Formats: sequence, C-alpha cells, structure tokens
Amino acid sequence: MPAPIRLRELIRTIRTARTQAEEREMIQKECAAIRSSFREEDNTYRCRNVAKLLYMHMLGYPAHFGQLECLKLIASQKFTDKRIGYLGAMLLLDERQDVHLLMTNCIKNDLNHSTQYVQGLALCTLGCMGSSEMCRDLAGEVEKLLKTSNSYLRKKAALCAVHVIRKVPELMEMFLPATKNLLNEKNHGVLHTSVVLLTEMCERSPDMLAHFRKLVPQLVRILKNLIMSGYSPEHDVSGISDPFLQVRILRLLRILGRNDDDSSEAMNDILAQVATNTETSKNVGNAILYETVLTIMDIKSESGLRVLAINILGRFLLNNDKNIRYVALTSLLKTVQTDHNAVQRHRSTIVDCLKDLDVSIKRRAMELSFALVNGNNVRGMMKELLYFLDSCEPEFKADCASGIFLAAEKYAPSKRWHIDTIMRVLTTAGSYVRDDAVPNLIQLITNSVEMHAYTVQRLYKAILGDYSQQPLVQVASWCIGEYGDLLVSGQCEEEEPIQVTEDEVLDILESVLISNMSASVTRGYALTAIMKLSTRFTCTVNRIKKVVSIYGSSIDVELQQRAVEYNALFKKYDHMRPALLERMPVMEKVTTNGPTEIVQTNGETEPAVLETKPPPSGLQPASQANDLLDLLGGSDITPVIPTAPTSKPASAGGELLDLLGDLNLTGSPVSAPAPQIAQPPFLLDGLSSQPLFNDIAAGIPSITAYNKNGLKIDFTFERSNTNPSVTVITIQASNSTELDMTDFVFQAAVPKTFQLQLLSPSSSVIPAFNSGTITQVIKVLNPQKQQLRMRIKLTYNHKGSAMQDLAEVNNFPPQSWQ
Amino acid sequence: MIHFILLFSRQGKLRLQKWYTTLPDKEKKKIIREIVQIILSRNQKTSSFVDWKDLKLVYKRYASLYFCCAIEDQDNELLTLEVVHRYVELLDRYFGNVCELDIIFNFEKAYFILDEFIIGGEVQETSKRSAVKAIEDSDMLQETVEEYMNKPAF
Repeated sequence: MPAPIRLRELIRTIRTARTQAEEREMIQKECAAIRSSFREEDNTYRCRNVAKLLYMHMLGYPAHFGQLECLKLIASQKFTDKRIGYLGAMLLLDERQDVHLLMTNCIKNDLNHSTQYVQGLALCTLGCMGSSEMCRDLAGEVEKLLKTSNSYLRKKAALCAVHVIRKVPELMEMFLPATKNLLNEKNHGVLHTSVVLLTEMCERSPDMLAHFRKLVPQLVRILKNLIMSGYSPEHDVSGISDPFLQVRILRLLRILGRNDDDSSEAMNDILAQVATNTETSKNVGNAILYETVLTIMDIKSESGLRVLAINILGRFLLNNDKNIRYVALTSLLKTVQTDHNAVQRHRSTIVDCLKDLDVSIKRRAMELSFALVNGNNVRGMMKELLYFLDSCEPEFKADCASGIFLAAEKYAPSKRWHIDTIMRVLTTAGSYVRDDAVPNLIQLITNSVEMHAYTVQRLYKAILGDYSQQPLVQVASWCIGEYGDLLVSGQCEEEEPIQVTEDEVLDILESVLISNMSASVTRGYALTAIMKLSTRFTCTVNRIKKVVSIYGSSIDVELQQRAVEYNALFKKYDHMRPALLERMPVMEKVTTNGPTEIVQTNGETEPAVLETKPPPSGLQPASQANDLLDLLGGSDITPVIPTAPTSKPASAGGELLDLLGDLNLTGSPVSAPAPQIAQPPFLLDGLSSQPLFNDIAAGIPSITAYNKNGLKIDFTFERSNTNPSVTVITIQASNSTELDMTDFVFQAAVPKTFQLQLLSPSSSVIPAFNSGTITQVIKVLNPQKQQLRMRIKLTYNHKGSAMQDLAEVNNFPPQSWQ
Repeated sequence: MIHFILLFSRQGKLRLQKWYTTLPDKEKKKIIREIVQIILSRNQKTSSFVDWKDLKLVYKRYASLYFCCAIEDQDNELLTLEVVHRYVELLDRYFGNVCELDIIFNFEKAYFILDEFIIGGEVQETSKRSAVKAIEDSDMLQETVEEYMNKPAF
C-alpha cells in the first residue's frame, strides 16, 4: 500500500475543490484510506493520518474513529507522535467519552518524563480538558510539579492546579502548602500563573481569602516594581511592563481588599500611583486603568481615590475609542448607586452617548441615564430620553418606555407634565409599551382629577389619526368612556378646547371596534367605553343601544358576553345603569414594586428594598381568636382565624361590577386582601390538593350544634376511607325569625391535639323565614382519634343590634372521630 | 477565564477552535455558526465587544482573519484585546510575517503556539521570547524523518 499522502498535500488538494460536493468526495476518499490504515495498525503513518483527520475535523467532518488512535499516539515514545496525539486528544476527546479515562495512565507517566517538553504537553492537556476523575487521580502529580524549581513546568502546573480546583473544588486544600513561596519567584510566567491560582482559591473559599490577606504587602511590592522598573524588553508592551501581570495583581488585590479596612489601607498608595502614572495613549494603558478603577470602587478606599476613579471613567467617556467608552459606561453603571453625585457630573457626556452608533453603548447609556434621573434634572433628561425613544432601535423601545414611565412617576414636576410625557410615549412608541403599563397609566390619569378634560382631549386627538397602537388605544378608549362628557362639553382649561360631537366620539370608538388591527382586549375596552357613554351622553343613547345589541352576537366570546350583559342593563336593569356606570373614584395608589437592588456601599453589599408592603390585615381576627383562647381555658388551644368572606370591591354596584372589573386592574387596589390564616402547611397540602370524597365513609349522622334565638346551626360530616384522620364538617346556618341576620361570622376553636381549617362561607347574610342558609366547610385533622370537642363563637347583626354568642359543641357522633 | 477562542475568515470558514469548557460537538457547531454570523454582521463603527448569553465576546480582525475570545463577566475586556494581540505577535514571530495561509497549512503549529501561551483559559506566559523559544525547542525535539522511521514506537 502506498504511503498515505502528507498533510500539506491533502490541505492543498482539498482547497482546490470548487464545490461543497467535490470537497465532500475528496474527504470521504481520504477518510476511507485513513480508516484502513488505522485498521492495519500502522505505527509509521499513524501520526500523519491523525493530523489529516484533525484538519478534516476542523472543516466540520466527523472524526470520532480517530479517538483511540490519539491515545496510541500519546503512548508512543516519539515526541512527534505525542505532540499530535495530545493535540488530537484535546480536539476530539472530552470527559463525556469514556475513552478519555484511558489517557490517565499515559498522562501520569508523561508528567514524570525526563523531558520537560513532554511533561509540558501532559500538563497542558490535563489543564485544558481533564475530567473530574482524571483530576482526582492526577492531582498529586500536579501538586508535586507545583513545587519544582523548573519555572517552565511550575507555571503550567499552577494553571493545571487551577483547572483541578475548578473541576474538583474539594481538592483545593491539598495545593495550599505549595503556594507558600509562589510569589517569591522572579519568573513572570510563574508569577502570573501563581496570582491566577491564588485568585481562584480566594474566590472559592473565605478561609483561603483570610489566609492570603497577609500577601497584600508582597503583591503591592511586586506591582510597584513593575511600574517603577525601567524598560524590560522581554515583558514590555508599548512602554508598559508586563500589563498582564499588573492587571492580575490588581484583580487579586480587589478580592483581598474587599470588606477589609487594613488591606484596603495598604493598597491605597499603589492604586493612586497606578491611576495617575499609567500612560493612556494606547489600549494597554487603559486596560490597566480600567482594572484599577474596578478595584478602587470595590474596596474600602478613601473618598479622594474614589473621585479619582470616577474622573478616570469620565475621561474614558470622552475617548475616541469606542471600546474605551463601552467599558466606561459599564463601570459607571456598576458605581452609579454608590457614588451617585460623582457620576452625575458626567451626565451630559453620558446623554451624548445615547446618540452613539454602537448598540451596546446605546443600551448602557440608556440604563445609566435612567439611573441618573432625579428631581432636579428630570425635565432635561426626559427630553433627551423621549428623543432617544423616538429614534432608537425597536429592541430598546419597550425598556425605554417602561423606564420613562417609572422615572416620570417618581419625579414628575407637575401633573400636566406627567400626562404630557405619558402621551408622548404612547404616541411615539405606543405599540412597544408593556401590557402592564396600561392599568398603571389609567390609575395615574384617574388620580389627576383636574387634568381629566385635558387628558381625554389629547388622547382623543391622538387616536383620531391612527388607532393601530394597542396600548394607546386602550388607554384612550378607557378615558373617553370615563370622561367623554368633558370632551363634548369643551371644558378643557390647559389648551384650546376642541369641538367634538357625541356622534364623532362614537364614530371613533366604533372604528376601533370594527378595525382588524384592534386586539380582542382593545375591542373590549372600546365596547365598555361606548356603554359608559350611555350615561354621559344625552342625544346618542339609541345609537349606543344599537351598537351594544349588535355585538350580542359577536363571534368573540368576551365581546359577546359583555354585549349581552350591557343589553340586559338597558332592558331589565335600566334603573341601575346610572349608578353602575358612575365615574370611577380616585383609586388608592399602589406603590410601584421597584426591583430590589443590591446596593454597593464602599465594598459592602446591602439589599435595598424599594417598596413598602401593605400592613398585614390579619391583625384584627387574631384579637378575636384570643378571646376564644381565654374561654377554652389555658394555652393548649390553637386559635383558628377564619377566612373572612372575600370582600367585594367598594365601588357602587355590588356583584355586577364584575362587568367592569375586567379592566385588567391586577391586584385590584380597591378590594381588601383576604386575611391570611396561619396554618401548618401539611394540613393545607393534604386537604386542599386531593379530591377528598372519592371514597366517603358511610353516612355519619348529622347534628344540630346550636339552636337559639331563631339561629340554628347544623353540622354534617364526611370522612374519607383513605385518610381517616380528616373529618370534613359542613355547617349550615338557618334563620327562622322574620328579619335577616347580617354580617354573620362563625368562629371555632378546638383542643390542641386537633387542627382546624375554616374555608370561606357562602355569604354573610342568613335570610329570614328559613328561606336560605349560609354554608361553610370546616376541615378537622384528628390524628390521635380523640373525642371531638369544639367551642364556637357566633356574631351577627339582627333587628338593628349586634349579637354575639358562645357555645360548646359536645354532641359529635362517635363515627365522626373514631 | 476564556471559555473558547475562534479564528475564522471573512467568509466564515473556521481556521482554529480552542475550547476550554466541555460541550457536545453539536453544541459547539451551533455556537460557532451563531457567533460567526453575529461578528461578521457587525460593521466598522461598532465596538469590539458583544454581549452574548452570559459571556462577553471580544473580537478583532487582523487582515483576513477574525480572532474571537469569549470571556466571563468579571474578566477585563481591554486586556483580552491585548491577549489576542499577543497571540498574533507570537504567530508573527514564529512564522515571520504571518498570514492566513500560514495558519491554514500549519494549523497544528498554531495550536502548539496557543498552548504555550494559554492553558485552561488563562495566560501562562507573558514573555514573547520565552513562549516562542519553547515552541522552537519543542520543534527541535521532533524527530527528523529518518529518526522517525528508525525509532521504535513503543
């Protein structure tokens, strides 16, 4: 068989292929030849063949059949073979193939080879792709080489150790002794890799960090020597001596100085020196300055140094080099929370960066701008940001719009300005505004009572021309529905009122309804708005009736439902219509949930929570439960706090308000949250997740628990065969008097060995003459199967006076607890 | 640390790939395709840095070759540009006025040089002279054709 063609020959041949198909053919032919050569176990040409295989692998062709061959090459005595073998191993093998473990022995031998270049190959391979198993097996060898005096090997061993620690963090301890005099080396390679190793150890273990703090003086000295020393041709880069080492030392100093006064103190001088003396004309100097700034900001540095750092960043911002501006903005973003005033000084430069052509720079400038907005500069900043919103790429618009809303809400100098800003955002980037912004905006508008006329007029004018931007149309529809009467009566104070007739307003709303561009949600808004106008407009009620009735047969289920209900309002409940469609009251302001931020204060991190939670409303029931505690004698009773009936929204209209409730007012600020029950979790988990009554125990007799003053309470029982410690009691309260009992609340307490859960009652009114009942479900957990006892407390209003009674229930049937 | 280094031509042909993390082959191919596309579509006016997933890409074009490094969030981007530049200088020193063809026809040497400069995603040698000397000495160790033929493998 002729000798396989040489590598360069193959490369040349493949490059002559004019099409992909031609190339594929050549490759397949060569692969076949290589495969048969491998089969013949040809030692002479194995190396050449594997090299060719690696080339073809780079072109994207499969080369897995060469994996074992790489192992054979590694095991070979010839250096040429080893070189290619290790390269092949790094390219073709990784820890996901079991084959790789076969390398371990070879590497072990090569780590102890007499030739340092072979040892180097082994260290390099282990350090690049060694799996956790390999690392565990060979860590000892690496540790040995870490202590050698041969600097060529020592530096490689250090990085190999870094890789071992990354793969198997538990092995970190074993490298500790070898780190003892790593920094005493003169060789820059060893110094650099040692600093990397120390950095890795300090980042992973607080103990190591504390241990290595004592190295700060030595590191400072090394750094000083680098800066002060004369020209060293070997390590010089544009007049700076070994920038790689300088930067790594600065990074290690940052980690050591964080949160530590003494260390920070010790490095203050050298940082100031580096910051002022480094040449900034080339990228390399700026790289060092950048790292210095990061270190100054992260340790406990004195304020003069911090100002120096921010000023360096400010200078970076003015640099022509885009890369420098980019890192400046990134760093400023990190420091804007802690050194806000210092960063403010560079505000105008930052705002200029909004006009940069680079997308990443624009994004950072935008984020930074929002961070810098405050009460004093809000007008100017908003102008710039609105202009930016106008001209920026679509990927920014949503974030920018949200940011503007947030900033406007926090710092608006006047309500008029606020509304104008919102309007501007809605008209410029109306389709990019987030869905949850719409209810927030509506709430804002409601709260600016004196601006209603102005707002609705502007919104009307905005959608007159173009009603394709959904959030804008939604807000506009809502406002027109609410304040349409102000619109047609021309009451606007802030600007020239426009002449609009009722028909014109209905025209635009109907167009929104009909338009194919309108989303289903938007249509819902429009229909509801039209309906609301029936109480605000005088001449067009019939038209409204017609529109509403048409949509009663709409294909859209949501619209159909609304239309049908509105129709019903016109027909059967016309007397309720004015009250129902009354003007919305000013909504209680819900504090916006700003993101919880981690604030960097001179090296310490504190979480800064920006929102206040509403006070827990479960306080009131707790005091009632305490009364029960007293009554049942002693502390061995667990009080039960019942869930209050879910309270209805306070606006006029009762249950029918649900019609208007689907304004996506999430977490509707008007309804009070139901007070939480403090319940052991397993009870809820156990009971509420299973469908309980798949196998109900045979009928347990029900009892009358209470019967006094016309109020009768019956208990019916259900127990599950699969979970016999749970008893479900359904209470039914009925009223035989001639007057209703209102605000009825049922409370219960049980002995400590039991656990109780009360679910919401069906209502709080027991109608008179036994014409209806309140039902409520109680779940009792009785794991010890003790006799069931219960204290109950009843409160209600009857015949104009408040009634209250306590009773004990002792007549539980044995089947309910045994 | 550096997660991976890619060298590719203006037409998107891969000339060198060095991975310092473990990924399936398919994943690597996908990443290469994605990144080549991102970088080739950037124009002259943009910076050398791209935010990509949770990494930062630092790239620079030298003649007809793009050099791209993926670094972690806490790494210094400006220094990485220096790292890339240093690698090019090493290639230049070794090959003498290096051009893309040198790297195509001697790709294994390009890898050897890289391995003398970076291990496990970290720089191991900051002296140009030492790195190149190590390669040249290793080259010396490589057997001549005669020696190779005559030496037993095992």
